[in-house]
Amino acid sequence: MIPELGQLALALALCLALAQGLLGLVGAARGEPVWMAATRPAARGQFAFIAIAFACLTASFVSNDFTVGYVASNSNSALPLQYRVAGVWGGHEGSMLLWVLMLSVWTFGVTLFSRHLPQDMVARVLGVMGLVSVGFLLFILFTSNPFLRLFPAPPDGHDLNPLLQDPGMVMHPPMLYMGYVGFSIAFAFAVAALLSGRLDAAWARWSRPWTTAAWCFLTVGIALGSGWAYYELGWGGWWFWDPAENASFMPWLVGTALIHSLAVTEKRGAFRSWTVLLAILAFALSLLGTFLVRSGVLTSVHAFATDPTRGIFILALLALVIGGSLLLYVWRAPKIGLGGDFEPLSRESMLLANNVVFAAAAGSVLLGTLYPLALDASGLGKISVGPPYFDTVFVPLMTPALFLMGVGPLARWKKASLPDLASRLRWALAASVVAALTLPFAMGRWGALVALGLLLAVWVAASGFVQLYEKVRNAAGGVSAWTRLSSVPRATYGMLLAHFGVAVFVVGVTMVKAYETEKDVRMEPGDTVEVGGYTFRFDGVRDVTGPNYVAGRARITVNRNGSLVSTLYPEKRIYKVQNNVMTEAAIDTGFTRDLYVSLGDAVSDTAWVVRVYHKPFVDWIWGGCLLMALGGALAASDRRYRLAARRPQEQYVAAAVR
Amino acid sequence: MTMTRFAIPIAIFVALLLLLGIGLKLDPREVPSPLIGKPAPHFQLPELHQPAKTFSERDMLGKVWVLNVWASWCVSCREEHPVLLDLAANGEVPIYGLNYKDRREDGLAWLKGMGDPYKLSIFDFDGRVGIDYGVYGVPETYVIDKSGVIRYKRIGPLTPEIVKEKVLPLVRELGRA
Amino acid sequence: MPRLLAILLFVFLSAPIAAKEAAPAAADPVLEKRVMALAEELRCLVCQNQTLAESNAPLAEDLRNQVREKMREGKSDAEVVGFLVERYGDFVLYRPPLKATTLLLWFGPLLLLAVGFAVLLRRVRRRRQADDTGITDEDRRRAAELLAGSEPR
Repeated sequence: MIPELGQLALALALCLALAQGLLGLVGAARGEPVWMAATRPAARGQFAFIAIAFACLTASFVSNDFTVGYVASNSNSALPLQYRVAGVWGGHEGSMLLWVLMLSVWTFGVTLFSRHLPQDMVARVLGVMGLVSVGFLLFILFTSNPFLRLFPAPPDGHDLNPLLQDPGMVMHPPMLYMGYVGFSIAFAFAVAALLSGRLDAAWARWSRPWTTAAWCFLTVGIALGSGWAYYELGWGGWWFWDPAENASFMPWLVGTALIHSLAVTEKRGAFRSWTVLLAILAFALSLLGTFLVRSGVLTSVHAFATDPTRGIFILALLALVIGGSLLLYVWRAPKIGLGGDFEPLSRESMLLANNVVFAAAAGSVLLGTLYPLALDASGLGKISVGPPYFDTVFVPLMTPALFLMGVGPLARWKKASLPDLASRLRWALAASVVAALTLPFAMGRWGALVALGLLLAVWVAASGFVQLYEKVRNAAGGVSAWTRLSSVPRATYGMLLAHFGVAVFVVGVTMVKAYETEKDVRMEPGDTVEVGGYTFRFDGVRDVTGPNYVAGRARITVNRNGSLVSTLYPEKRIYKVQNNVMTEAAIDTGFTRDLYVSLGDAVSDTAWVVRVYHKPFVDWIWGGCLLMALGGALAASDRRYRLAARRPQEQYVAAAVR
Repeated sequence: MTMTRFAIPIAIFVALLLLLGIGLKLDPREVPSPLIGKPAPHFQLPELHQPAKTFSERDMLGKVWVLNVWASWCVSCREEHPVLLDLAANGEVPIYGLNYKDRREDGLAWLKGMGDPYKLSIFDFDGRVGIDYGVYGVPETYVIDKSGVIRYKRIGPLTPEIVKEKVLPLVRELGRA
Repeated sequence: MPRLLAILLFVFLSAPIAAKEAAPAAADPVLEKRVMALAEELRCLVCQNQTLAESNAPLAEDLRNQVREKMREGKSDAEVVGFLVERYGDFVLYRPPLKATTLLLWFGPLLLLAVGFAVLLRRVRRRRQADDTGITDEDRRRAAELLAGSEPR
């Protein structure tokens, strides 16, 4: 009964989404206030029904209803409750339902926070989102229905992939999808602007908090995936340039360019056509990512069970949505105009350069990901493009961006002066050079790449401090430092925090790549091994039983300079249902280093192979990402977006298309 | 370059769509063999049924033959086996088996139970010869010509269609040469 | 309590009988490092999303053994790579070789950056010449009306 209700709810949601789409777009085109006003309730109704459908699927999982095929493939009666819930998005069909739920959540958010927008703009934005939703709901109902029944019902389920039975894995898809799907709002705003011909600074200001929020979620989602891979896969790696990882990274890169581009459009009215294109591209890459992991076109650890029909459907959706918006772009963009003028050396030009770098980076990732396919399709052979390629290509590309991150925020709008910038930044430059030359020695040895990484990281951090210092010094508020600090807009703090997060991230990556050490040893009980100045003693292995697995759990005692640092319990688990063997690494997390121990195989009755790693500053990688996301959240919650909500609709005498 | 630059994104996009469309028909997992058109790598291995005797690809010079890589632990090989038995019965081309990373007893038992389409099978205990032939997933099948050059490789189980449309025509063509 | 007892017993019973520095898992750690360094740039053909170093597939183990043997025989990294490419093609390399067909791949990123900057420079320079703020005479009239205090049309 419940699965059928869920399916019905989806069908109703489809109708409402269609209504939302048509009422919004046609209503705005024809200037019909009643139709436009109806989009909000339609959107809210759509959200309600999709939420019901999602609840029905969750209920089926929680109650172990194995007559539903999807539940049978992704769950098991021995599966703990939290993973039965997570199993809802553990496979293709359920994850598409999660996608569509996220889309309706964002849509609902837009209905709530758009009172200050002109009615036709809201109608168009909701209309575009409605049509996107229609596309995905059709996809689900016709090719990926999670509610299909299975006859005869199996006595028990196939179990959720043990790799997914983990808190990090549980949160990773929702965060990621919030990000992917959130870019549909920026996309909807862009298309709405192209349709209405009103592409001014106000449009950028409306679009900005939504885009930044989506970017925050995507940052967190990617960081979660990376962190999960680190502690779960047993090798201590955290990024593999796997096609699915790239599929999430490309929208992030373009999204970063987009939020910076929106900043310029909002402040100076410049870059309008660039910004619109970036908004379309960000969502296009989100859709492309969906296609890549579900169509079977590329092999990936993340690939869902694939089916050519699904691939064709998503490709068609991609063609319609992006092809349509790019055609609209070709038609409307030439009339947009250039906007505010600026000198070759100015904050605008630096932000434009930043956009070029991020776009080139995204393009390179796309090139590397699709190149094997391109060669194969043209019959020119079969190659693989992996981490050696991406690592070689990506770092040189990002270096200019990191340099610009220091200079850009200090450059004046419209016209900046090089001598002025140089003088304001001379201490930051000095600090970076000193750090690059000396800090590596603190870790043991000097290396050119380490030095470069530290140079750039300290440059970004130090110039951030210069920015803060100048803002506080120049701010209104009289004598008190506190009033001056609090008069700096929240968005500025957001920017500073996010950029600082980037610096922290770069330090983490640089240090761990240059200075991590490992030892692969055979240990009898009582044996010790020394890594990174820590002594690890193997105390033996005993058997343990979990809810749905059996394991050998080792005890490793870690000492340093004679005193106990921690006790670690790495495990080798066998999940009973699918008979998978999983390694659970044991990690001692620290601010300046991680101690990572992974259990290999038993080589005798008492001896085991143990892998021990010392990873300096590795948590700065995810710490940096978290800071970036926090910075974005701060920026998105700036007063001026909330104040604008209280101001009535504004009139603009701006360049409007006739 | 005034209006046309706005059309560049959509031009690139259309090219991308075409690429992805073609991609839907390709198999990203398949590793094509670089050995096609090259001489079959040399081996000298004991026979499965008569360990005292050895067999080499040189023994087949002057003849067109098929080399099939199989193992008793390989599930897809069961799928393929009836096709091989038919091909052997057909008699147009001799089939030789490469028993890959198996145990002798298991291999013999398997052939006894499933039927033996091979003129003989050689025993590749550690898989070294398999590696020389670029084997990465059992079953795999090679068609080798009279001068000992590999002409065709099938990755995965043989099907009646493939035998009919690829293997037999090639064998006939090579036989005429 | 019983668990604590069990742990204590376990610790005492397994206490250092002959506590020593653990031996490396590999027979020759220096060689092993070289083997793994190369294996990390090679693709496992069975579990195609893992490097040859990480994969637990039987073929991966066989190939690692081959790599180890060849290195022990004194072959260089390039020769070992050549051995594998001869049998499995370029697919086995995660670092695509530089050939005519991969020129675009390796130089693409640089090209993208260069083209991007070239376009940027051209647009920025051209701006200085064209004063296009999109304001028409109609707009100027309306602006004048607004400034004079009358309602815009």
